[in-house]
Amino acid sequence: MSTEMETAAIETVSIEVDGVALEAPKGAMIIEVTDKAGIEIPRFCYHPKLSIAANCRMCLVDVEKMPKPVPACATPVMDGMKVYTTSRRAIDAQHGVMEFLLINHPLDCPICDQGGECELQDQAMGYGRSVSRFVERKRVVKDKNVGPLIQTEMTRCIHCTRCVRFLDEIAGTNELGGVGRGDRLEISTCVENSIDSELSGNVIDLCPVGALTNKPFRFQARAWELMARPSIALHDGVGSHLYHHTRRGKVLRTVPRENNTLNETWLTDRDRWSPEGLCSDDRVLEPQVKKDGVWKTVSWDEAVETVVSILKEAGEDVGMLMSPSSANEELFLGQALMRGLGSGNIDHRLRQSDFSDDAMSPVVPQFEMPVAELDRVNAVLLVGCNPRHEAPIVGHRVRQAWRNGAAVAAYNPVDWDFHFDTGLDAICAPQDQVSSLAALAAAVAKLSGKEPPESVQGIVNEARPGEDQDTLARRLAEAENALVLFGQSAQAHGQAAMLRALSRFIASASSSAFNELAAGGNARGAWLSGAVPHRGPAGSAATAGKNAQQMLEQPLNAYVLWGIEPGFDIANPARAVQALRSAAKVVVVASHAASGLYEMGDVILPLAPQPESEGSMINVDGAVLSWAAAATPQGQARSGWKILRRLGGELGLDDFRQASLAELQSDMQVAVAQQPMEPSRVSLSVDSSAGGGLYRIGDVPIYAVDALCRRAEPLQKTVHAANDWLGLNAVDAERLGLNEGARASVSQGGESAEFEVRISERVPQGGAWLRSATCTTRKLGPAFGPIEVEVA
Amino acid sequence: MNETTNGAAMLTEQTRKMIDHWVSKFPEDKKRSALVQSLMAAQDQNGGWITSELTEAVAEYLDLPAVWAHEVVSFYSMFFTEPVGRHKVHICTNISCWLNGADELVAHAEKKLGVELGGTTDDGRVTLVREEECLAGCCGAPMAVVNGHYREHLDTEKLDVLLDGLE
Repeated sequence: MSTEMETAAIETVSIEVDGVALEAPKGAMIIEVTDKAGIEIPRFCYHPKLSIAANCRMCLVDVEKMPKPVPACATPVMDGMKVYTTSRRAIDAQHGVMEFLLINHPLDCPICDQGGECELQDQAMGYGRSVSRFVERKRVVKDKNVGPLIQTEMTRCIHCTRCVRFLDEIAGTNELGGVGRGDRLEISTCVENSIDSELSGNVIDLCPVGALTNKPFRFQARAWELMARPSIALHDGVGSHLYHHTRRGKVLRTVPRENNTLNETWLTDRDRWSPEGLCSDDRVLEPQVKKDGVWKTVSWDEAVETVVSILKEAGEDVGMLMSPSSANEELFLGQALMRGLGSGNIDHRLRQSDFSDDAMSPVVPQFEMPVAELDRVNAVLLVGCNPRHEAPIVGHRVRQAWRNGAAVAAYNPVDWDFHFDTGLDAICAPQDQVSSLAALAAAVAKLSGKEPPESVQGIVNEARPGEDQDTLARRLAEAENALVLFGQSAQAHGQAAMLRALSRFIASASSSAFNELAAGGNARGAWLSGAVPHRGPAGSAATAGKNAQQMLEQPLNAYVLWGIEPGFDIANPARAVQALRSAAKVVVVASHAASGLYEMGDVILPLAPQPESEGSMINVDGAVLSWAAAATPQGQARSGWKILRRLGGELGLDDFRQASLAELQSDMQVAVAQQPMEPSRVSLSVDSSAGGGLYRIGDVPIYAVDALCRRAEPLQKTVHAANDWLGLNAVDAERLGLNEGARASVSQGGESAEFEVRISERVPQGGAWLRSATCTTRKLGPAFGPIEVEVA
Repeated sequence: MNETTNGAAMLTEQTRKMIDHWVSKFPEDKKRSALVQSLMAAQDQNGGWITSELTEAVAEYLDLPAVWAHEVVSFYSMFFTEPVGRHKVHICTNISCWLNGADELVAHAEKKLGVELGGTTDDGRVTLVREEECLAGCCGAPMAVVNGHYREHLDTEKLDVLLDGLE
């Protein structure tokens, strides 16, 4: 005990700032200590999440016995140090620095987009002169075009290098640098390049001046006109905290809300700019009913009446496909509606095509290691996972882990462009993924002496691990904290159950955490709410039914489509469209509807998307995160839970009498307290039907994950949105007689389309990289399945 | 981090050897430290100046972000991003040399060569480099660096001899 106290004493030092005694951890910088104590020191380049540059000199303070002022951001505290932040010398130094900074900075705040929320403006008010003494010519720097998201006005730049350090340290893309020197230094992309990081928008928040601003938001509003509405991001399962900045009920921009266990101070570009899709032309604004083939706008009453009669007529022969980014309340009431009608046909796993392990799956997808700890792992195994695109915050944490020395190995169908290095990878086409993962499982089994579970025993025992697998198995087993990250390309795989069982075994036998990064913003909430066909809320026993794939393979009489677009959100669009066209009735509840939905639908109800409606979600860590509506629903759009409650009420079902969201949420709490069913064992079989042909790799592009995001114009102008091309390995391309840039005709399930060919080392032999959810692939067959390619 | 192009193929065998030599002097994860010498090697390969493509080729060869290489090239005055003559003459104009008559030397050289400071003679023989920083030869001021060699205690006659000696 006493030694512990002694070490504690050594670890902290006592300092005095402006006469106030403070305790500080040894090695901390003065500014960290004063920030914690609430003592204000001006700064531009310092940022707690970035490395220390000490180049703006704004934080100069006076320290006793030091011959000249020192930067508070780069001066470690020492025992007995006396710091003065407002002494004559400190103030003089700060004034001097401010005057230098303003020499080349334009003094035209009223025409600058940053005006009103500018750190330079604020600090010039506090530390600057009221009149400039500088009469010489100011420097002018040419603006750079860095893409559709960030507006540059480089004359305003004060060279704090926060953006440079962010892109180097956090985003890992190194897209900006300081070119030139001295008074000619410019922050630049060097060559005419755009900033393509999936986290690029954060440089806007980091920029203390108006040099980097939000391009879509430019000149839309002044900071003081905006209301900050706290909310949660629903485009991946992380549940990033954010603020929607609104004016008169309209979201004008989105900024991060600090949460150190999830998104820290960052926000992904997808979360930041998806709300741009709220005002797209194809928003559904009124309830509409198709009468004799013609769409008519009707009242809510009439539309609800139509839906009720469709559902009554269909009886049990109805199925509901829900977006995995729906709120808990919608998912809970959605499954209650189906089960109330006597049908268990409810699912949110629309991109999945292998459901054979449903009976043995846990209550929710496992995510054993919380997001906050991901950056402390020592070894990572990615299985069918592109964390950068699936959940950029998880990608960022993996990168931080790698920066801290973690080794990452990728068992992926494509050698995706990561912002960390990988090694001992197995990049192989989908038809070979099971055997390559089985080889690793065999190596882990050999090393640990643990028996693989029955479901995969056969394939593991047959596998012959190589040296790489043995090394990787050792690395996972020896790492203090190891992680298996099971991603969306693995879940969408034709043999997802097998991959999952193998990955789980690898994780458990090597004492690694198993984290499944499920598709959609609220997959965990969907599972827990019972929006799966085989189980009710919290995994309880409930009316069972068909899963997403069966519902479309064995067509039903009526369908309810909740917040989805069949061409973009379903694993096999061709089959989905076929089934929906042949159905007697299709009820569409959507915020956005393109022509396809009108073609197959019979009723359309306007759904208010997340920023316009209230609700809650459960993030990958299992935290229930709720939000209030940030904006006013457009047109006659209504919150999803209200639509469902009304439908259930009109149908005379139980459990649909909630008068308020709070009442609904307490009902849900009762429902999720139920006893889960005991998972049962299932046997899995190896599918060897792939044959020797090409197999499609149809991962979902980062900005195509949901209807809102697909309509966010700024995001759709980025390089990440240009995905209508076919990636082939050089060997396959040569065999098929296809050159770079040639046109190839692909066909799948009776549908065909033409694409430009790109030959890439990233694509393994036997794979055809053709992404899902694009305007051309929306007509094709399974995202992960056999594909025919020939010269067009 | 981008698709690999074959940019590094622009570097000659000798340049690569030189880069490998400098890389070997630093810890494995500190290749950035070898940037200055690597870029110098690429500049030598290209007749004394370095193109944007060559800069990126060096970055690619070292597996570093292109922007890091551009930062170095644009920072140091001894990297030339535009074509230069066969010989480079840097006359120091910093304070010690300036006080000892560097201006006179510059004027003389400009007149003799018929180019302004920073320019190259029409026949591509000499580039009269605009020196920005002290060349650290104050004890021999005024001085110049001719093709990497220090020439000190200069006057116009000595400068004439030096310039006439350049082929």
